[in-house]
Amino acid sequence: MHKEAAIREPLILGHKTYHQITEDICGPIEDKAPRMWYVLFSIALIIGLYGVGCIMYLLGTGIGVWGMNKTINWAWDITNFVWWVGIGHAGTLISAVLLLFRQRWRMAINRAAEAMTIFAVFMAGIFPLIHMGRLWVGYFVMPIPNHFGSLWVNFNSPLLWDVFAISTYLSVGFVFWYIGLIPDFATLRDRAKKPVSKRMYSILSFGWSGRAKQWNRFELVSLVLAGLATPLVFSVHSIVSFDFATSVIPGWHTTIFPPYFVAGAVFSGFAMVQTIMLILRKAMKLEAYLHTKHIEYMNIVIMVTGSIVGTAYITELFVSWYSGVEYEGYAFFNRATGPYWWAYAAMMTCNVVSPQLMWFKKLRRSMLFTFIISIVVNIGMWFERFVIIVTSLHRDYLPSSWSMQYPTHIDIGVYIGTIGLFFTFYLLFARFFPVMPIAELKTILKTSGESYKNAPDTHHGHDEQH
Amino acid sequence: MAEKVIYAMYDDDDVLKDGAKKLVAKGIKVADVFSPFPVHGIDPIIGVKNTRLGIMSFLYGLGGLTLATIGMRYFMIVDWPMNIGGKPSFSYLENMLAFIPISFEFTVLCAAHFMALTYLIVNRTLPGMPARNPDPRTTDDKFVMEIRTSDNTGFSYEEIEGMLKETGIIELDQKEVK
Repeated sequence: MHKEAAIREPLILGHKTYHQITEDICGPIEDKAPRMWYVLFSIALIIGLYGVGCIMYLLGTGIGVWGMNKTINWAWDITNFVWWVGIGHAGTLISAVLLLFRQRWRMAINRAAEAMTIFAVFMAGIFPLIHMGRLWVGYFVMPIPNHFGSLWVNFNSPLLWDVFAISTYLSVGFVFWYIGLIPDFATLRDRAKKPVSKRMYSILSFGWSGRAKQWNRFELVSLVLAGLATPLVFSVHSIVSFDFATSVIPGWHTTIFPPYFVAGAVFSGFAMVQTIMLILRKAMKLEAYLHTKHIEYMNIVIMVTGSIVGTAYITELFVSWYSGVEYEGYAFFNRATGPYWWAYAAMMTCNVVSPQLMWFKKLRRSMLFTFIISIVVNIGMWFERFVIIVTSLHRDYLPSSWSMQYPTHIDIGVYIGTIGLFFTFYLLFARFFPVMPIAELKTILKTSGESYKNAPDTHHGHDEQH
Repeated sequence: MAEKVIYAMYDDDDVLKDGAKKLVAKGIKVADVFSPFPVHGIDPIIGVKNTRLGIMSFLYGLGGLTLATIGMRYFMIVDWPMNIGGKPSFSYLENMLAFIPISFEFTVLCAAHFMALTYLIVNRTLPGMPARNPDPRTTDDKFVMEIRTSDNTGFSYEEIEGMLKETGIIELDQKEVK
């Protein structure tokens, strides 16, 4: 058995037993939903349906209802797309990269973070689809034999790479999440008293029995999926950044984009995990499993990736001057001092200044402070994408083409609507699915649980030679 | 003699592991172990071989890579070469850099999905499959060891029962199999 240093803070607080873990995580799902859940769900659903309405209107009328013009041909749509994809990067990073690094604290957050990833990438996927305008011909992006002769999609195009990257990421992320859920659904199935929920969970659990061989396969499949998902995480946001980096627009044409986007994605993803988990742990009384130490670890990740993002901003500024390219230099000068200076200032404050506060141990261990910063970071990351996309476009080479971007109510409605839909899905997840991996938490109870960790060795630990 | 299946229940993974070790040392064959989470180190004791799903995943990935390469070569080089700024469009190798992202994505797509599918099939875990754990508590906090009399013809049922009782079990159950 693995031994952990006594000085390390335990990951599971209190005197938990295996059964207590099951109770703590299944309990809130089996009980009646609190009134607050219905209130939040109704609000999220109404906002989500409003968003769906806006999308319907958009599809029926055309994308002219968005506040874009000839100069600024990408604005809120792609901003929202990149923002959601970015948020969707924490889940797989937590479950895959941290699994490979054997970071046990991920067990408290990986299930919820993966769910967040899937819903966020799903929301992201809406934007490229609807910005086609004619959604019903969306299948044109697939390389399928068609009636136009030998007309294939262009495999040289980063936009097509994006199609493959996002769909691979979404589907592999879903499979990873679901394979982890199967044993926990079996736990819920075996505890269920009501026939309907018993039936539902027994369908969802696929007849999982927990045989030694099944667990053997389970562990290998998780490891291999983590190994596959790790490069996938990095590739997906790199490819999203190629949408900009391979173009010749000053402000987009930057080789620093892939690492900078990936760091930004992890940064905003972890912030979203913090926002959600801080509420979830309170609402579902999971403070013993997700406590200050976990929050601190995540804040350190936010601090590190925030610093990478900050460095990237400054490098970008330096290179725009150092390159000697007049247009490049102007694009960045205009970003900071032009009509969109406020967006640039918001981005700099939220993304560069705020994570640096995490150097203070008191602040990074404070729940309230973490919650505020996590929201600030996501506002900042939205502005980052807005700054990159809109300020690079709004000053064209010809001053007669200069323009400004004003969002219409449809722009805002679709964006707010995806936030509503996201929380609708998330609330459903938190209501019916185990929000923490029950089986995996049990594996770390003896090594990292408070009651076992530094207790004298009662079991024959000496004959464990691995 | 009718075949009997004995289910010995433990409430701790380490006790079960020690028990299994002792039983195996005495020559008992343990048919299976049901546990709420992976009990590390149990597989070599009861003779469960390591899964080969990793190899399968590699092969699926290789298949995906091949398919992506063949596909993109056909679409972009053979069937409809695109003239992009007069750059050579007649050889796959000279254009390969642009095809790397999709080759990678498709490799991962095939490796992950086909492995997951194989995993579900060989595990007999598919939607609608019945659960086969002997006791509902094995998905909560109990661990069950399954021993079949047909695997252990050298011992009588009573002998096995006696040996099991020395290993710290909390419950013993048995089932006749026709």
